Amino acid sequence: MANRKISYREAINEALVQEMERDETVIILGEDVAGGAGTPGEDDAYGGAMGVTRGLFGRFPGRVLDTPISESAFIGAAIGAATRGLRPVADLMFMDFVGVCLDQIMNQAAKLRYMSGGKARTPVTIRAMYGAGLNFGAQHSQTPYPIFASIPGLKVVVPAGAYAAKGLMIQAIRDDDPVIFCEHKVLYDEKGDVPEEAYTLPFGEASVERDGDDVTIVAIGRMVALAREAAADLAAAGVSAEVIDPRTISPLDLDTILESVAKTGRLIVADEASPRCNVAADISAQVVSAAFGDLKAPIRMVSPPHTPVPFAPCLEDLYLPGAEDLARAAKFVVEWSR
Amino acid sequence: MPKWGISMEAGAVACWLVAVGDEVSAGQEIAEVETDKITGVLESSWAGIVRALLVDVDQDVPVGTVIALIAPAHVPQHEVDAAAAGVLLQTSDGAGDPAGGPVAGELDVDGRMISFAISGPERSDGRLPLVLIHGFGDDKTSWRLIQEALSADRQVVALDLPGHGASTKDVGDGSLAGLAAAVVGFLDARDLIRVHLAGHAMGGAIATMAASSLQAAGRVASLTLIAPAGYGRMVNADYLRGVAAAETRRDITPQLQQLFADPAMASRQFIDSVLERKRIDGAGAALNLLTDAMLTGSESAVDVRPAHAGVTGTCVAVWGSDDHIIPPANAAGLPREVSLHMIAGAGHMVHLEQPGAVADAIRAALGAL
Repeated sequence: MANRKISYREAINEALVQEMERDETVIILGEDVAGGAGTPGEDDAYGGAMGVTRGLFGRFPGRVLDTPISESAFIGAAIGAATRGLRPVADLMFMDFVGVCLDQIMNQAAKLRYMSGGKARTPVTIRAMYGAGLNFGAQHSQTPYPIFASIPGLKVVVPAGAYAAKGLMIQAIRDDDPVIFCEHKVLYDEKGDVPEEAYTLPFGEASVERDGDDVTIVAIGRMVALAREAAADLAAAGVSAEVIDPRTISPLDLDTILESVAKTGRLIVADEASPRCNVAADISAQVVSAAFGDLKAPIRMVSPPHTPVPFAPCLEDLYLPGAEDLARAAKFVVEWSR
Repeated sequence: MPKWGISMEAGAVACWLVAVGDEVSAGQEIAEVETDKITGVLESSWAGIVRALLVDVDQDVPVGTVIALIAPAHVPQHEVDAAAAGVLLQTSDGAGDPAGGPVAGELDVDGRMISFAISGPERSDGRLPLVLIHGFGDDKTSWRLIQEALSADRQVVALDLPGHGASTKDVGDGSLAGLAAAVVGFLDARDLIRVHLAGHAMGGAIATMAASSLQAAGRVASLTLIAPAGYGRMVNADYLRGVAAAETRRDITPQLQQLFADPAMASRQFIDSVLERKRIDGAGAALNLLTDAMLTGSESAVDVRPAHAGVTGTCVAVWGSDDHIIPPANAAGLPREVSLHMIAGAGHMVHLEQPGAVADAIRAALGAL
């Protein structure tokens, strides 16, 4: 099998390269997606704040555009260009910046197809970094994807590793609707087995990372690795945990979660987004609504506290859920009885 | 493999303290286990007879891997064998790159890239190489439970057919004749002048066609057909069409469960690995072309019996009695001189369900050559 270990960052880069080679309407725009634009030579093009678009500027002349520092302008331009026949991949950089371009995404991209009776299509992909763990402070460490998940007309993709990142990015670019592609900034160096060839992963299909009988752990993004760690520790304690990664939070594969809960009767959901109105709350409510009779215990949601992300490293460590928090929540629901 | 301590992820048996056939009591020491932190002694949780030891000494396996089977004496051997095969299948599916496994390679054959995996000694005292050809929607890793065992005394090459695995996704017109020509092209490009051929299902039909075209030059020493297509009209057409059309795990799971006598052997890892290869660009289209070429209505359009008429030399066939894809009744279409091994209780993936029996059948074909 032509698989090899590459990083999350490299997997996204490879997806972009392969799609840009296959389809000349794919363009990239954002702040410093080339980096050092206007300077000569490949060496000067850093390729995005975290190097994800490195190498593309020289390889695809005229298709990688460094933009002014105005999200409202370039996100709007990407959406407009999408309606006119291009497939832009726009780099929002930090998802925390969504406030200054939310109208373009929420009121234009998400609604143009619907409001035009299908005449307009916006095949735009908007990439953005989310998540805490690098001491970037309160305005550069948030997990705002619940905002996008709540907007009808958007697809929201949260890959947890390199294999999913490449397949979901290729799928996102080929999808004719707006896709928000959420990259956890701590995951960029994490390696995984990735095929050399181009491939797609369907939206709305969860991945079962580990089979188990006693408790279901649904985890999103970086929480998936913590869930696997927690499941290994739980196994040592005699608790068999099933770990599910939804991969896309909109559309959400609720059926796979419900099948698991029918088997285990117990659910915890790990979501790094702030606890009020996050995806854990959404999944929990949907499961209770659809499968109350299957549940043997209350659902536990594992999320950070309802505070801005601290800057002090010791406080950020306390803020973020760890594997032991997931394991503790799982043990709670397993041991719970009336 | 026990988990000793929070950070232990894998371990290896440093030495077995019991042998197959030994009676053990609960609490008896059965193995010394080494991890990167400590070496300790594993005690049996049960009393019974040691029926199988499933890992080699010094073979690193993840925590939780089944490393031995203990059962009362009255449990029949075939149940033990089936359980062992199930474990080995899971271990090999879940494992990353196994150390010391077959070596992968790629070859350009008439402008199309063929991926293959080779094991066994370079010099093999005149023993001819064995070439393994997988079936529809499968790939060269299908042989993972028998490739190493067969390569003790000869080279064994497993290839990915066009449209499959890591090979080109260009299957031409989708005909099996085209795939057989690709196999012959591979043999030529690799200087594999005289070989043993073994093929599973669609790969069995391809092996027969390749053998037929190589017969005149005396290049085929033996032919082993494992649940081959092309010897009868009956086939599970719904399976072929279902797999070709499936886009999601939900859609493909009930299809893949038909591959085994026990549907539970279609584990999550097995299904995920089939999906991973099917989702490669071009793989789905290739499977559609092949399905159209292989079926007329719900019957097989493939008939390799005329081609087989021209094949001399040893031919052995193996079939699982519970094959739900290509019915064992099709064995009636095999030429009379073909020696048939029917494996009771096995399904279509008989080389995964009963690898020992299939390896034995192949050895019967290999003979002394």
